[in-house]
Amino acid sequence: MEIITHTWHWSVAGFLIAAVMLLLNYFGKVFGMSSNLRSLCSMTGVGKKVSFFDWNWKSQIWNIIVVVGAMFGGFFAVHFLSDFSNVNLNPQTIIQLNGMGIDSPKGKLLPNVLFGNEIVQSPKMIMILLIGGLLIGFGSRYAGGCTSGHAIAGMSNFQLPSLKAVVGFFIGGLIMSHFILPLLF
Amino acid sequence: MKFIKYLLVGFLFGVVLTKSEAVSWYRIYEMFQFQSFHMYGIIMTAILIGSLGIQIIKSKKIKDINGEEIIVPDKEKGNIRYWIGGVLFGLGWAMVGTCPGPIFILLGAGFLSIGVVLIGAVLGTFLYGVFKDKLPH
Repeated sequence: MEIITHTWHWSVAGFLIAAVMLLLNYFGKVFGMSSNLRSLCSMTGVGKKVSFFDWNWKSQIWNIIVVVGAMFGGFFAVHFLSDFSNVNLNPQTIIQLNGMGIDSPKGKLLPNVLFGNEIVQSPKMIMILLIGGLLIGFGSRYAGGCTSGHAIAGMSNFQLPSLKAVVGFFIGGLIMSHFILPLLF
Repeated sequence: MKFIKYLLVGFLFGVVLTKSEAVSWYRIYEMFQFQSFHMYGIIMTAILIGSLGIQIIKSKKIKDINGEEIIVPDKEKGNIRYWIGGVLFGLGWAMVGTCPGPIFILLGAGFLSIGVVLIGAVLGTFLYGVFKDKLPH
């Protein structure tokens, strides 16, 4: 059982993510998670006012079903396939995080200081989550895809636009991680 | 019934991303600090296997489940949208440690605070839709 409950090896995970993408290709579809955010907007009927959301989102219901499956998968993995050995970070990373006041993982996927229930009393943390989400939603639609659509599907298909987007992802990520997060925490 | 295959593929995706901890804020931080190979290994293996698969699909003209030839579409040409959109996305990715897939996976796993990130992401998508025609692409 340990091989299942411990952290999965990167090669296994990478292989299975590629399998997910290729299976979707086999079903005649294209792998990409962020387009679901556009579908969610369109569902509200906002397409009557903003033409970007006036599209045939019902043809993308299959992708919403993928997301629903992923939510079940996340629930199943956290509640039935995990133990306290998870998230073994580089010890140097943990020292660095503790120095910023961010709690060690100890088997948790997310730090309490940013995602715990106590954040309801912290307008600052709520703003961080909201602004982070805004950047993800705006950026992925502007770039026409996210980690799944560009970094995995686009790069696998040797797309130059995806390479530009992925280099952009890393420029943004490095700026945030090295220069902005230390100011926020 | 035709939707059950999507549910199963999604389930696999959710389990894999959770068990490899690609949904973990900590792993994304560690990746951007260059302190572990783990995330790079996941992404590079996925691209390696994925590109092999796509090459096979293209060279053997493999048919999809409906018997039609599989077409893997090219991305639109462009510069500004990929660079600027990419950087903005990267800022958000490193800030809250989740990209769109993991937002849903973590919410399903019961991390309710991710709901705030989801609200932000839907709002961000909406704002792009509103300003799309005014933005350089």
